[in-house]
Amino acid sequence: MMRFTTLMRNPAEWMANDNEDHSVVLTSRVRLARNLSGEPFPGWAKKGERIEVLEKVRAEIEGLPGMKGAFSHGLEELSSVQKQVLVERHLISREQAARGEGSATIVNRKQTFSLMLNEEDHLRMQCIRAGLNLSKAFSQLSGLEDDLSETVPFAFDSRLGYLTACPTNVGTGMRASAMLHLPGLVLADEVGPTLQGVARLRLAVRGFYGEGTESLSNLFQVSNQSTLGESEDEIISRLERVIRDVEIHELNARQRLMESDSEMILDRVGRAYGVLKYSHVITSKEALNLLSLLRLGAELGFFEKSLRRVCDLLLMDIQPAHLQLHAGSKLDAETRDSIRAEIIRGRLQTLSPPAIDKATLNESGQPDEQEDE
Amino acid sequence: MKCQKCDEKATVHFTQLENGEMTKMSFCEQCATEEGVMELSGFGLADSIMTAGQSGESRSTSGETCPGCGFTRSKFQQTGRLGCSQCYLTFSDDILSRLGPMHRGLHHLGKHPEGFVGDAFSERLLIECEERLQAAIEAENYEEAACIRDEIEQLKKSHGASASSEEVSVEKGGSAP
Repeated sequence: MMRFTTLMRNPAEWMANDNEDHSVVLTSRVRLARNLSGEPFPGWAKKGERIEVLEKVRAEIEGLPGMKGAFSHGLEELSSVQKQVLVERHLISREQAARGEGSATIVNRKQTFSLMLNEEDHLRMQCIRAGLNLSKAFSQLSGLEDDLSETVPFAFDSRLGYLTACPTNVGTGMRASAMLHLPGLVLADEVGPTLQGVARLRLAVRGFYGEGTESLSNLFQVSNQSTLGESEDEIISRLERVIRDVEIHELNARQRLMESDSEMILDRVGRAYGVLKYSHVITSKEALNLLSLLRLGAELGFFEKSLRRVCDLLLMDIQPAHLQLHAGSKLDAETRDSIRAEIIRGRLQTLSPPAIDKATLNESGQPDEQEDE
Repeated sequence: MKCQKCDEKATVHFTQLENGEMTKMSFCEQCATEEGVMELSGFGLADSIMTAGQSGESRSTSGETCPGCGFTRSKFQQTGRLGCSQCYLTFSDDILSRLGPMHRGLHHLGKHPEGFVGDAFSERLLIECEERLQAAIEAENYEEAACIRDEIEQLKKSHGASASSEEVSVEKGGSAP
């Protein structure tokens, strides 16, 4: 069985990569909610019943071919920092992190599948992939679910579909979502109308860090709300269409900004570079905002392309629980701010200043990108 | 100290501090379990219990209980969560009225497991529809009757599909692949 330290040492491919197609849509994730037929839902079951369900399902999951050597732990075996780190890596939910004995989490070696046992439902299974890949994520997850359903009978009704603890998930039990980086729309002050348009299509939008639709790192999550009355494929293709639209809006906004207000962009990116590279105390809020701008700079060709991967890893590694794991002890906010700055400085040590040549920028609209090789 | 729900001795004490406001609650172990305090499921717990108590009073008539798991209608109304699969049947009227605004339709059009068991919900709906149809015909409300007839057709279709797959039924005790 995989240990926590092994899980941490190897970030998943979807967490950070160099693929240019993944510049606006970072990740796609699909989650299925399932319950065992005839068993009370976890929130209402007695502890003994929950443990019984857990043991049965856990053994079946661990026996699946795709789950060999998985990370599989009861929530009571994990420290609060470890749980929080899993939340920051999006491998478990905040709700699951608050649970203890009677709940478990299982993550496969490649960290593409993560399964929560006895969260709100008996089983919440998730597949994560890099870029916009919802259909692929669903088909992989559906395959895993098929294998599992051969030995675990799921609660299902022909009219209402898969029965879940909350009627908001009944039917497909599916929540499909994508994480989008939209600095262009935010800087152009167009993110509000764009995302309102998405919300009118009855899709949910929220900022990834921070409250409501405001996002600290210009990262937004778009997901379906309805789970009944449409097939999984319909939900996913509707969602993918909308996300493609937003992606085009974002790329257009970036191009327009470079044409009309390149000085502002250069200034923002340059300042982000300066502060991140040389500060000694930095709050999480400031760091998230500036890393977003640095990431934008990499995509606009001011830095080597590999910087984007560095930014994506940093967005994860500078969060509170990751910092405490790194330091090996609980840290107060002030110490966190200085360790955060230290980590960022270390990672950006060899980063050259932004290659800002205004003449070239004005000529081509989009600057030439340096080749990696 | 006594439990704030019943008169038993309170053994579970819960304090929540939020925005500088402190909420204190005390329950006996049984009430604490019923209120979900034992789950320690995180924030806003005091809130959910406090507001639950208030709305519970105004809906004291809805004390219906699920025969499958003992979950109550008022609990569903408070939390929006259900106790077990059978709750969908027990509280079907309440649930169906909520599904409309939440979802794009009222029929599952997605994945079906092979050879699933248990289709009580659809069966009961069929019976309800037939009763409503009868009533509509008696009231000479033919427009409504036609609508209900369509609904029954739909239900029978999906029910027929499930009935045939039930015959193939799951082999229990088969070894894992």
